[in-house]
Amino acid sequence: MLAGVLLLIFLPPLVAKDLCKDSQDGFKVRLSIKTALGDDAYEWNESEMFLFRSTLAYAMRKQTKQDTYNITNILVCNDTQRVSFVFVVTSPDDPDQLIPKEQIEQAVRQNKHRINNAFLLSDMTLEFVGIPPTLAAPIIYDTEPWLIVFGVVIGAVAVGIVALLMSTVSKKRRAKEKAAGLSEEDEGIVKENGTALSGLGGKEGVYNQTFSNDNRFTEL
Amino acid sequence: QRFCLKLPNPGLDERIPSHAELEKLELEEAGERPQWDNKAQYMLTCVGFCVGLGNVWRFPYLCQSHGGGAFMIPFLILLVLEGIPLLHLEFAIGQRLRKGSIGVWRSINPYLVGVGIASMLVSFLVGMYYNTIIAWVMWYFFNSFQDPLPWSQCPINENRTGFVSECERSSPVDYFWYRKTLNTTPVIEDSGGLQWWIVLCLFCAWTLLWVCCLRGIETTGKAVYVTSTLPYLVLTIFLIRGLTLKGSVSGIKFLFTPDLDELLNPTTWLDAGAQVFYSFSLAFGGLISFSSYNSVHNNCEQDAVIISVINGLTSIYAAIVIYSIIGFRATERFDDCLSGNILTLLNTFDLPEGNITESNYEGFLQHLNSTAPQTLQELQLKTCDMQTFLSQGVEGTGLAFIVFTEAITKMPFSPLWSVLFFIMLFCLGLSTMFGSVEGVVVPLQDLNILPKHWPKEAYTGLVCFVSFGLAIIFAQGSGEYWLALFDGFAGSIPLLIIAFCEMMAVSYIYGIDRFNDDIKFMIGHKPNFFWQATWRLVSPLIVLLIFLFYFITTISKELTYIAWDPQSENFPALETKSYPDWIYAIIFILSGVPALVIPAVALFRLIRKSCSAREEKHTGGDSISHQTQIPDELDRTRSLH
Repeated sequence: MLAGVLLLIFLPPLVAKDLCKDSQDGFKVRLSIKTALGDDAYEWNESEMFLFRSTLAYAMRKQTKQDTYNITNILVCNDTQRVSFVFVVTSPDDPDQLIPKEQIEQAVRQNKHRINNAFLLSDMTLEFVGIPPTLAAPIIYDTEPWLIVFGVVIGAVAVGIVALLMSTVSKKRRAKEKAAGLSEEDEGIVKENGTALSGLGGKEGVYNQTFSNDNRFTEL
Repeated sequence: QRFCLKLPNPGLDERIPSHAELEKLELEEAGERPQWDNKAQYMLTCVGFCVGLGNVWRFPYLCQSHGGGAFMIPFLILLVLEGIPLLHLEFAIGQRLRKGSIGVWRSINPYLVGVGIASMLVSFLVGMYYNTIIAWVMWYFFNSFQDPLPWSQCPINENRTGFVSECERSSPVDYFWYRKTLNTTPVIEDSGGLQWWIVLCLFCAWTLLWVCCLRGIETTGKAVYVTSTLPYLVLTIFLIRGLTLKGSVSGIKFLFTPDLDELLNPTTWLDAGAQVFYSFSLAFGGLISFSSYNSVHNNCEQDAVIISVINGLTSIYAAIVIYSIIGFRATERFDDCLSGNILTLLNTFDLPEGNITESNYEGFLQHLNSTAPQTLQELQLKTCDMQTFLSQGVEGTGLAFIVFTEAITKMPFSPLWSVLFFIMLFCLGLSTMFGSVEGVVVPLQDLNILPKHWPKEAYTGLVCFVSFGLAIIFAQGSGEYWLALFDGFAGSIPLLIIAFCEMMAVSYIYGIDRFNDDIKFMIGHKPNFFWQATWRLVSPLIVLLIFLFYFITTISKELTYIAWDPQSENFPALETKSYPDWIYAIIFILSGVPALVIPAVALFRLIRKSCSAREEKHTGGDSISHQTQIPDELDRTRSLH
């Protein structure tokens, strides 16, 4: 009687270990807590393992929409100092039957974000060997930012061109009026074709263009 | 003592203004020629023209690959013997004859007009591809206004399981440059079609250039206040930023570690000479033009020395900045490589984290090698070598668009640094383009093939428009290969020939005595023995040697280019491919035509002159009425008088 009771008590964990160790439906998990958190790293102990098993149970519940998954359904073995171990998931209806790999993979992929956050880790530091991480969706812009900057620059250039061309045209007009003899003197500085009569300092007098060669003005 | 070789040059005095006329011109300040608003504008324009992208991405590479600090020796020696004399020559001749490049050579001797036309062609071809690089810089600048930067991570593939394969195998910066920017094809024959975003950037670059060059130096003179000074400001900011980053000092040490054995290698001296020559933007005609707007008594000797010194110092300063950032990047890569290896080891042996650190990594490896060498082999750990990382892809476009952009992504506030860096490159390139445009527009005006009443705006607009149209070839998928072709052949050999002809023309056709007198008239004292020796002997010899070296190496070896081919075996390493046969025709056009224009024009003029002399004897009419009867088959002939 006592032997039977003892067997009953010790058999499940033994069986469970066998289920975990030999199974093909298990996943290896690696945690790099020190890399992720540096000085704020927490110690990996039984409580943390408990949290892990419960998050996995949560993931299975969400994925299968069955509320029967419990922490006892998650079996863990091959625990190492690296902080890596293997886990398998047993079916809530039959403790000897394992959930197939694909289903576990689906469950983990869909809830990776929640599992990561529970441990303050990321896809890089909480690794499920064999399950590729789902990468964040790329940011889609309505208008590419580069087009906006391009538009600003081209707009500024267009304004510059128009302003400069108009100033040339208005200068030509003013010069034509002067050449017709409407005024003998202006500020004394004529700018055309890049020539700046800026040599007033140190030179005597102002160059009076009434006496200049008229060709200069028409040669723009 | 007098090495007085001078070729006969009749009629020189009629073609050039005499000293008295120059004085008169100076006093009246009349004349159509534009003038600088002040000396600072002139100096900034010349500094901007000389200091370009080559100072940032060619010199540091040469320095590091030719013995570091030891490279300074040939560089500085050749700067003094080759750069400064040529610069002084171009400044002096422009200031004396007060014309652009074609006008100057036509004044010296009408048979030399070919030299001016060659300068113009080279300026045009170089300007075409140089502005394309600026267009690429603008593309990166436009893309810098987002966080995270688009080249910091790989794009994700369709089923969101991983990254795009091409990016995964190479790197995000490589992918962004070769795929997203250039959309490059594997071979040059494969055109790949026009990439519309590059066309837009090209359009932006050429219109921006036009707005700055609109009225010649009147507008560029204002623009250079920004474009010539901003690079120095940004370089200083990057220096301060760089020195505070981890690993920057190792980069600077790598740059300057002298290897005096390199001085015995002739390639070092030739590369130094070539770098000095191209860095000074000589033989483009732009410097002659800029100098011609100066007042007659401007001290061109002093200007030449100052600008040369500034150019040299800028190269060294830029090298320090670049290598501090490269040192940072190499250190980051090294650390990543090492962490990756350590992680692999931890995972394989299930050791707790922190057991293997950077310090005991080597020890652990040795222990592993002795106990379980097989396992070590299977792991295939990457070799992490700092020297390899420091010497990766560090010249040309590879430096700016791959190495430096990667370094920027690792800095905090990366968009800011990216914007600053590309603004700096943009300013460096744009100020060089001003000189290029000047080197095309002014000779075009001197040639008198277009109507004289056209305003300057139309000339610059036409040059920009035609250049933009032809530069569309660089917007193809294979555009980068075409650009490398132009860079290798349009700007190298013809410039050396032109520079050599310039020195010969001034020393022996214009006459070194006359030139000395002119300089004495302009600046007050005769040029001393150093200038005499360099103008007549040393500098032409150096240029000739560099030319022969380039010519022989180009002719002797099979011409190849490096291509980005995702299908190749060595991917992501670039693959060397050989050019197809029809490329040789293009190379001949690029290098040969500008060079051959020089004798061709002289020959053409000779034939024409002998024909007209024969006709004159035949008809017996007086020369004036005879000249008006000569039919103008070619408009160009009018300009060759």
